[in-house]
Amino acid sequence: MSGGNGTSALTAKDFKSDQEVRWCPGCGDYAILNVIQGFMPELGLERERIVFVSGIGCAARFPYYLQTYGMHSIHGRAPAIATGLAVTRPDLSVWVVTGDGDALSIGGNHLIHALRRNVNLKILLFNNRIYGLTKGQYSPTSQLGMVTKSTPMGSLDYPFNPLSIAIGAEATFVARAIDTDKKGLTEVLEAAARHRGSAFVEILQNCNIYNDGAFDYVREEKQNRIHLRTGERIRFGAEEEKGVVQYADGSLRVVDVEEAGENSLLVHDATQVQASLAFALSRITFETDSAVPLGVFRSIERPVYDDLMGQQLDAAREQSRGGDLAALFHSGDTWKVS
Amino acid sequence: MASAEAGKAKQVEHLDQVVIRFAGDSGDGMQLTGDRFTSETAVFGNDLATLPDFPAEIRAPAGSLPGVSGFQLHFADHDILTPGDQPNVLVAMNPAALKVNLADLLKGGTIIVNTDAFNERNLQKAGYASNPLEDGALADFHVHEVSLSSMTVEALKEVEGITSREAERSKNFFALGLMSWLYNRPIEGTLGFIETKFARRPEIAEANGRAFRAGWNYGETSEDFAVSYEVAPAKLRPGTYRQVSGNTALSYGLIAASKLSGLPLFLGAYPITPASGVLEELAHLKHFGVRTFQAEDEIAASGAALGAAFGGALGVSTSAGPGVVLKSETVGLAVTLELPLLIVDIQRAGPSTGMPTKPEQADLLMVLFGRNSESPVPVVAASTPAGCFQAAIEAARIAIKYRTPVFLLSDAYLANGSEPWLIPDVADLPDISTTFATEPNDDGGFLPYRRDPETLARPWAIPGTPRLEHRIGGLEKEDETGNVSYDPENHDLMVRLRAAKVAGIAADIPELAVDDPGGADTLVLGWGSTYGAIGAAVRRVRASGRRVAQAHLQYLNPFPRNTGEVVGSYEKVLVPEINLGQLRMLLRAEYLVDAAGYNKVRGRPFRAAELADAISALVDE
Repeated sequence: MSGGNGTSALTAKDFKSDQEVRWCPGCGDYAILNVIQGFMPELGLERERIVFVSGIGCAARFPYYLQTYGMHSIHGRAPAIATGLAVTRPDLSVWVVTGDGDALSIGGNHLIHALRRNVNLKILLFNNRIYGLTKGQYSPTSQLGMVTKSTPMGSLDYPFNPLSIAIGAEATFVARAIDTDKKGLTEVLEAAARHRGSAFVEILQNCNIYNDGAFDYVREEKQNRIHLRTGERIRFGAEEEKGVVQYADGSLRVVDVEEAGENSLLVHDATQVQASLAFALSRITFETDSAVPLGVFRSIERPVYDDLMGQQLDAAREQSRGGDLAALFHSGDTWKVS
Repeated sequence: MASAEAGKAKQVEHLDQVVIRFAGDSGDGMQLTGDRFTSETAVFGNDLATLPDFPAEIRAPAGSLPGVSGFQLHFADHDILTPGDQPNVLVAMNPAALKVNLADLLKGGTIIVNTDAFNERNLQKAGYASNPLEDGALADFHVHEVSLSSMTVEALKEVEGITSREAERSKNFFALGLMSWLYNRPIEGTLGFIETKFARRPEIAEANGRAFRAGWNYGETSEDFAVSYEVAPAKLRPGTYRQVSGNTALSYGLIAASKLSGLPLFLGAYPITPASGVLEELAHLKHFGVRTFQAEDEIAASGAALGAAFGGALGVSTSAGPGVVLKSETVGLAVTLELPLLIVDIQRAGPSTGMPTKPEQADLLMVLFGRNSESPVPVVAASTPAGCFQAAIEAARIAIKYRTPVFLLSDAYLANGSEPWLIPDVADLPDISTTFATEPNDDGGFLPYRRDPETLARPWAIPGTPRLEHRIGGLEKEDETGNVSYDPENHDLMVRLRAAKVAGIAADIPELAVDDPGGADTLVLGWGSTYGAIGAAVRRVRASGRRVAQAHLQYLNPFPRNTGEVVGSYEKVLVPEINLGQLRMLLRAEYLVDAAGYNKVRGRPFRAAELADAISALVDE
């Protein structure tokens, strides 16, 4: 830490840039920004070691408001750009901020490949189920039938489930939080930061202009939040009266605890290498079960792409004793002209 | 048979140059045969140039016309510039290979055919109504009929552990042995190559080695070959040489640029013909600290390179036209971020997928203008296979010094063609190192867009540097601070600053050199891989007593500072291009010069003869 900003005295204020925040008043992004600025000192890193990379969209303005290194790049490409940065600079903490259109529509390919490679990136997807910056067209997470400016008769596109995609893309860390839930979001961010490899976090975020109240059923109605904790039976509700059980076919259902019996409730384990449990949890939605799981769905260890690449370089250097240009040029058949 | 000369009983005739074309099915190993003959020729000390010409399909139907793969080699006892317009010698492994290539062969040339392949089925597949070996169709040529397949199988009958099919597949080494005898090539290199290449299958190594020797011995003993030929070594500039293809030279140039700049090399690439060779070459050079990243697509390949550049690496992305078009948005971002980024476009025939293995020069306007808005990018073009080395270092130098994306243009001909390379002394290579910003550059802190007054380049402050935390992005930036700005006057200023920075590079590159022996009123001006053909054509035109000047552009943006003066000082300017006149359009727009074009877009290099005709016609006008 010598010569750096130091980390001991850093507070949320140290992570505020001098730029005026320009989101719409009441936007869920403000809450997320506050939580992240408050959380950054907990990383225990100098500010200069932290980089935020974003694509395009409302969420993508995020890096401008943080006093770290940052790049506001091109639509959907942030995971690819961040991959190049992370693999060449393993000393950095690299974060990607993206939205539902940025990550799941134009950038879907980059997202899934970053996840399956397990690049050391923390990817925060602000999901508001709408295109905000372009003023209100439907997004890949908009509900079927949703009426927007570009779908006057209702959306025909079946929506993506971001967590199901991440798990299907071999993500090693998958979590969900709510913009206004400071405690839950902070816990998830801490776990993501601790995770070695790609960490994928969906943050349910309210767009109060174009899709206001989209997540009220869980943002406002806290009894519908299912807090996942590894090693604990999955229970929720105002009186903890509901729980989750697993059927023989592997699917999960919400049940009444009194009827089903406490011992029948599923015990959460985010560390299961098999992705089946995490995937089944990702299929519990408000539409299916009138409840939404939050917290860490999946957190497993798998070799990290950046480390593997570094190891190959080290092994090659060891074998060839570093790179000698003259030896390279003279490799193969040579001849002399005098 | 310790050396090619040993035991030679027959007459040896001296030639000053030969053009040989090997042709056969895609599965016949013609590229390998050509490569080996080239290596033998290089080690012998001839000057040489090669033109591999193969289909995009890996294995088109055997014996069919589209499945023919060819490899042309021109070697000489003097310096040469092209792989030759027309072969003197054609090695045809089957009827289709004969049919496809016969029209190119010089009248009176030599044909060596594999008679075993001239059966009814193959003749039919090639569209021959009767056997050309029997119907007099080859009367104008000197034909050697050789039972390549059956003699190979016979020679290998004692080799254990190979099938008769595998034995037959060694026939290309029989042919190579015969040609090595015929042109007195040293053979130790090929024997060593066979041992190494097939080390994992010793029985195949033995088969190929035996076939190679059997071919050599056949030349020595068969009465069909009364004479062998010798082409003396060329008097090239003193030094140590090796044979190099454009893609290898380019890869070495990138490695050298990394060493010379002190920046770790990051290559983002997606497999695409004819650029994949660079990705593969660099993936084998990780001991130089090269990180090769085979991305999910062309967009990610360039994006990752730009991300690496943000972190202080030499970020490079290699591709061909259909991939480069996908990188446009990344290049545009790099223009406004003002970070170094090297994009290599190894051009091929288009539009769209076009002809993936064939060369073309038609991406020039794309790399100059194929982006939204005012988006100036320097462009460097290689002109010879070996020249790709220096061009890569120069493109990297400009990118690093001016904090800008740079396009480096090569093409399929340069990528796959090879020639002798005078290996440079590492100590003579340029220093292209740079410095990262380490301290705030203003009382108020760090201004990421405060420019160097001379180069107009902005500071490169990489993450990890304390007190220089800053944000950059694709939104327009305020001058100096880099803060987001929608101010009209600021935008106009920034557009002009970015343009001025790139235009200013003209002061930092060599003037356009003109080769004019005096008294010429006609200038031939080219760029890229036409260098060799134009040079050979100019020699012919001068030999005919005409006066003509030649110049070749290595920089397409900005042009060398004297370009206008050069083109303005000749009455007639001819611009040969393998496109419909892209450089010509730029010259006319920039310098109001009434340049003429010579344009053929056939997916193959120009022939010196056709260019000589075009130049002579213009000189005589």
